[in-house]
Amino acid sequence: MKAKTADKLATSIIVAVAAFIVLILAGLLGYILFRGLGHISFDFLTSAPETIRKGGGIGPQLFNSIFLLVLTMIITIPIGLGAGIYMSEYAPPNRITNSIRLIVEVLSSVPSIIVGLFGLLILVNMFGLGFSLFSGALALTVFNLPLMVRITEQALKGVPREQKEASLALGLSKWKTITSVMLPIALPVILTGTILAAGRVFGEAAALLFTAGMSSPRLDFTDWNPFSPFSPLNPFRPAETLAVHIWKINSEGLAPDAAQIAAGASAVLVITVLLFNFAARWLGRYMHRKFTAIK
Amino acid sequence: MKKMLLTTMVLVLAFALAACGQKNNDGNNASSGAPSGGAAAELKGSILASGSSALLPLVEQASKKFMDSNKGVSIQVQAGGSGTGLTQVSEGQSDIGNSDVFAEEKLDADKAAALVDHQVAVVGMAAVVNPDVTIDNLTKQQLVDIFTGKVTNWKDFGGGDQKIQIINRPSSSGTRATFEKYALGEKSVDLPGAIQEDSSGTVRKLVGETPGAIGYLALSYLDDSVKTVKYEGVDASVDNVANGTYPVWAYEHMYTKGEPNEVSKAFLEFMLSDEVQNGDVVELGYIPASKMEVKRDVNGNITK
Amino acid sequence: MAQSLERQKAKPHLVEEWVGKIYTLICILFLIITIVSLVYFVASKGLSTFFVNHVNVADLLTGLKWSPDGEPALYGALPFIFGSFSTSLLAALIAAPLSFCAAVFMIEIAPKFGRKFLQPVIELLAGIPSVVYGFVGLSVIVPFFRDVFPGQGVGIAAGALVLSIMILPTITTIATDALAALPKGLKEGSYALGATRWQTIYRIVLPTTLPALMTGIVLGIARAFGEALAVQMVIGNAPHIPRSLFESASTLTSAITLNMGNTATGTVANNALWSLALILMLMTFVFVFIVRWLEGRSKI
Repeated sequence: MKAKTADKLATSIIVAVAAFIVLILAGLLGYILFRGLGHISFDFLTSAPETIRKGGGIGPQLFNSIFLLVLTMIITIPIGLGAGIYMSEYAPPNRITNSIRLIVEVLSSVPSIIVGLFGLLILVNMFGLGFSLFSGALALTVFNLPLMVRITEQALKGVPREQKEASLALGLSKWKTITSVMLPIALPVILTGTILAAGRVFGEAAALLFTAGMSSPRLDFTDWNPFSPFSPLNPFRPAETLAVHIWKINSEGLAPDAAQIAAGASAVLVITVLLFNFAARWLGRYMHRKFTAIK
Repeated sequence: MKKMLLTTMVLVLAFALAACGQKNNDGNNASSGAPSGGAAAELKGSILASGSSALLPLVEQASKKFMDSNKGVSIQVQAGGSGTGLTQVSEGQSDIGNSDVFAEEKLDADKAAALVDHQVAVVGMAAVVNPDVTIDNLTKQQLVDIFTGKVTNWKDFGGGDQKIQIINRPSSSGTRATFEKYALGEKSVDLPGAIQEDSSGTVRKLVGETPGAIGYLALSYLDDSVKTVKYEGVDASVDNVANGTYPVWAYEHMYTKGEPNEVSKAFLEFMLSDEVQNGDVVELGYIPASKMEVKRDVNGNITK
Repeated sequence: MAQSLERQKAKPHLVEEWVGKIYTLICILFLIITIVSLVYFVASKGLSTFFVNHVNVADLLTGLKWSPDGEPALYGALPFIFGSFSTSLLAALIAAPLSFCAAVFMIEIAPKFGRKFLQPVIELLAGIPSVVYGFVGLSVIVPFFRDVFPGQGVGIAAGALVLSIMILPTITTIATDALAALPKGLKEGSYALGATRWQTIYRIVLPTTLPALMTGIVLGIARAFGEALAVQMVIGNAPHIPRSLFESASTLTSAITLNMGNTATGTVANNALWSLALILMLMTFVFVFIVRWLEGRSKI
């Protein structure tokens, strides 16, 4: 009897805790969205920020965030895939491989602020890239790479051995087997992981404070020549992302509606990250269905 | 599936429109903000200015106007703190280093000597307290007593019985250096329990919310959420700073390494022109350097 | 047979094979070079405080007073180290039981509802950017603490609470994986002997999954330890060891973010901040090794 009471008590506590966690998230999301949604309008999403007047928007910041994400992914994905393939398929099972794995693990847990400082020292100052999108993208690559490597490695390990062996038995080279047989099968997992990693890039601020900078120059959205200094596509211009903008406007904002802008920008940021999450989930399921032919 | 496609399309559309909206805005700015036509048309080159985030809005705004009238010039303004700006200009990574403090206070003497100072504006600072604090004047000695922890309750100064909560700046902050030098006349102490924030917005928020709080802000950040106190009976106003009766202020510097090149020189001259000094400088809450009736050197000596 | 195979392996295949091998090798080398240079530069900057500026290592690690512009300049980083450890440990202390309950709920009590609903919720928590956490912390938790507890609301308690929500997903995910990987026979045996669900969880599940749970907790602590902006916004940043949980304190990360931009590269004050970064990085390595050791144990 006593054991049963304890059981009931414990169960109800656990259920209560689970409900509490859901409540925290609901409260958190509710708070951010409730305060921010009212401020989001088409104009807010597209216009440039104002320094002291009311009614500034977050257009350039939103563009910068997305552009930075694309740049980071262009650098991260090929290197991450390559390194992941090496770890899973080519690396001989010895001490060196083990220590490489440890290095990847270490790199993935280095705090983002250290990555930012490293970027400031090496990319911004030593290589003379200045506070720029490119520096920011490289810094983000540093802490996204290990994630990408691990995702790829795990995804490739998850490919059924029979399929790999069948391909090899047909006389395909190892590289061909990896690229034409194994990668397509592993793709859903890799894609899902990549999108989740991308969401992390979108929300990162600490590393970017020191690399991509806190200023956003005027952008001329008619000028798409990447070498022109006002072109939005120029990767060597300083760029403030949405997350950094929230940080800055909270701390130094002079505009009378700074608090509302911060709330609105937070809401936009959270919604974007939510979209990333849903996209990853949906895409993963969709691809899984497609490749496994389960209706 | 269809919904996703739709969302994507909407997003793409939003961006296309965003691009258009942006363009329109710029067009408006260009037509409303009258460009100064005086500068030579053949000026060509690029400038990189980096440093102080407090000076960023002014330089950014002025640079936009300058670029409107000089199509061949591109100016990039970056913010990363005064220390970063001074380092970068002294090592030649940027053309102009923006700083809230004299270079001598941050860099080694020989490095600082190589830099040329251009004082483009003045920032006044005021002590602010929580609106519920009944005090509205503090003397130098009283401020010293507060910031060194000798007095911990407002009732000692004739206010209500309320513990004093200090909202200070980190020890590396230029704002703190200015406040210590000209308001306190000595270094303040990092007291246990005192809050330290680097950013003016956070200081204002915390002073406004925390009972019994005291902090200090640049004049441009003052608003109704905090109460500004007089210093030795003098109001913290632009006029009082300009005529030298209110002593708590600092220059905003733009440093170049050696004499500036042609483009930088033209830009710095533009920064000091009446158009910027009486326009953007005032608008953004700084005090025009040209308006100052007193001058101050790096050691704090004041000359009329 | 062997000969025909030999002939089939025509040259294009070999070239392809080598290109693939070399490409992936270059990628992994890039990764290794990155980490090596990261460690090298942070270490050389951090150590120059001791070798170039001749600050005593022991003074830095155990000194209680941080005043780089004082006379004499003092670089005591103990308050920051203390702040970092206390916030992250406290955060783990709050988050660990919650995470364990959430994991048990998802695996043992309501697997269907848990997988479909609670897990996405927790993954969403992981996706919220840290700036937003800091923003919410400053606008909600700090005023709340200020009203309820003596003090100004900022401090280790506020920092730990914000961090605990941030690391909840890390710990929960690992705990869930560990519970799910438990051999079925173990639990079934326990039930067959007449044990209740709680008895099974408490006596069978918890002890067997403990190393994995610890792994999750250590990873959570590591994340909390390195978090910068969210903590800096709510902790108060006084360079002192606080006398209570509700008094302004500092962490390694908050000291770095506050002062790095304001100091000029190459000065002692700047180098001392790099030393803080070095301590931060070394601690991360320690956490990684603890995790490795725990993972090694959980296999046995």
